[in-house]
Amino acid sequence: MTRQIFIRLLRNRISLSCLIILALLYLCAIFAPFLSPYPPSTQNLKKAFHPPTAVVFKDWKLQVKVYENIDPSAAQYQAIEGETIPIKFFTGGKLFGLDTEDDQARIYLLGSDSTGRDVFTRLLHGARVSLTIGLVGISITMTLGFVVGALSGYLGGKFDSVMMRYVDFLLAIPTLYLLLALRAAIAPYFPSDKMFYVIIIALAFITWSSSARVIRGMTLSIRQRQFVLAAENMGQGKFAILFKHILPNVSSYLLVAATLSIPNYILGEAALSFLGLGIQEPEASWGLMLSQAKSMKVFMLNFWWLLTPGFLIFITVIAFNILGDVLRDIVDPKMKTTS
Amino acid sequence: MSNPENILEVKDLKVHYPVKTGILQRVTDSVKAVDGVTFEVPRGKTVGLVGESGSGKTTTGRAIVKLAPITSGTIWYNGEDIGNLGKKPFFPYRKKIQMIFQDPFNSLNPRMRISRIIAEPLDIHFKDMSPSDKMDRVVELLKKVGLDESHVNRYPHEFSGGQRQRIGIARALAVEPEFMVCDEPVSALDVSVQAQIVNLLKDLQDELGLSYLFIAHDLAVIEHISDDVLVMTNGKIVEQASAEDIYENPQHDYTRKLLSAVPKL
Repeated sequence: MTRQIFIRLLRNRISLSCLIILALLYLCAIFAPFLSPYPPSTQNLKKAFHPPTAVVFKDWKLQVKVYENIDPSAAQYQAIEGETIPIKFFTGGKLFGLDTEDDQARIYLLGSDSTGRDVFTRLLHGARVSLTIGLVGISITMTLGFVVGALSGYLGGKFDSVMMRYVDFLLAIPTLYLLLALRAAIAPYFPSDKMFYVIIIALAFITWSSSARVIRGMTLSIRQRQFVLAAENMGQGKFAILFKHILPNVSSYLLVAATLSIPNYILGEAALSFLGLGIQEPEASWGLMLSQAKSMKVFMLNFWWLLTPGFLIFITVIAFNILGDVLRDIVDPKMKTTS
Repeated sequence: MSNPENILEVKDLKVHYPVKTGILQRVTDSVKAVDGVTFEVPRGKTVGLVGESGSGKTTTGRAIVKLAPITSGTIWYNGEDIGNLGKKPFFPYRKKIQMIFQDPFNSLNPRMRISRIIAEPLDIHFKDMSPSDKMDRVVELLKKVGLDESHVNRYPHEFSGGQRQRIGIARALAVEPEFMVCDEPVSALDVSVQAQIVNLLKDLQDELGLSYLFIAHDLAVIEHISDDVLVMTNGKIVEQASAEDIYENPQHDYTRKLLSAVPKL
């Protein structure tokens, strides 16, 4: 069944392109240290807000132009005519770097930020945080959602009513404010680099409730089906029924729900980091990088390259959403909206 | 107490579901699904249980295997009182008493291969059996119910209704039961397929010495397979006689009505 779904995903042109985009993004995240020319926190204060360096083809080599700072107050750079530095490939454990002795020279494919750090490098390293947060988050959400939902639906009675009231309680909490409060309460006990995990776990432990609801409903209908009665009749245990008979029959829902909720985690992390409550400097994440773009200077002086993390968030979220939609159409053709 | 010739004796069985009303969920009434049913199933024989929808026949069958809660009454199986056993002590009887379900499209897990479906009771009751022995047993069972060895790796949706009911029967037979509750096993099937399944059940009875409680709403099917017939309506048994007597000389009004509903050529 899972294999069939996967084959149909590959046959659909739209979902195939989403899969390719996502695969590329994840590959970039995995190989970030190799693909990026610098460590993510290397600064160059003389080259703050440096625009993307132009790459030219000269003397049968790819070379980057050298820039000089013409107006430090407005961070204005101008290329020096005729002066270039060649790019070296596969050097020092990196895919590419500059072939020069000058340690102030930089290749900025996507410009630099307020402290002269390479945006391209930080995008790749930030992807590691922003892309894994969703995966870790949904595995917690879906596990909790399935266990609580299926147990409630299958056992019924007291357990069901207690758990469902608890779910009501969780659903009634405004998520953003709870996160803010949690972040404030937890902050003293965790170093800022561990905050990442705390945020995922906090997000996941709030959002499992809605999937538990749906799973409970599905379990209620599945447990009435005769193959569950048959399993009970042959003496199958409760947990075996849950995992052998109920889980496989809700797995397609879990798959779709998981795909559609990954973007929520990515956006959640972005929102928190944007507010300064998520990942802390000098770590990189897309939300944190985007928060630099909120300063008036960036806005007025049109440093567009600082908005690239937003663009990547946009692409990732769209890709996951479309993938989820196509998955849902495959799993449940009756929900299909287009012919 | 009980007659050793009978494999199953049911005495004054009641299954009542409480009706709760109001905020405090007080029990104000009860639905009497089965209301004082008494009958016995002789060893190696088939007892037919017939009645309209909602008459309590399925609930009676389910109460015997503890899929429905028993309000009162006793059930003797081979002289042992099994009606009041807890979950653990009842476990051995889950092997001896098997059930065949009404809806062949619903009684097999759509996400499991045939080999796993039939081997599931083996996993529970024959934990020491090796995987290859289990596979041999599955193939043997498939052949016994008239299916092919090549079917083991298929999924239920690849089979017709009649074939699925055969798979259901193979699953029930896997643990070598003595007694089977057949809950309308042919109601969902075409008439021609009904005859095949009924004949298969009869052949298996002759071969394995099984006893059946055969539940149906169709008197024609019941008459064909049963030795004794129970007629049930509104949770009570209104007539109890041998299959011929029911046909030749129905006593109760309700039985006459049921008989007049059987299409004649």
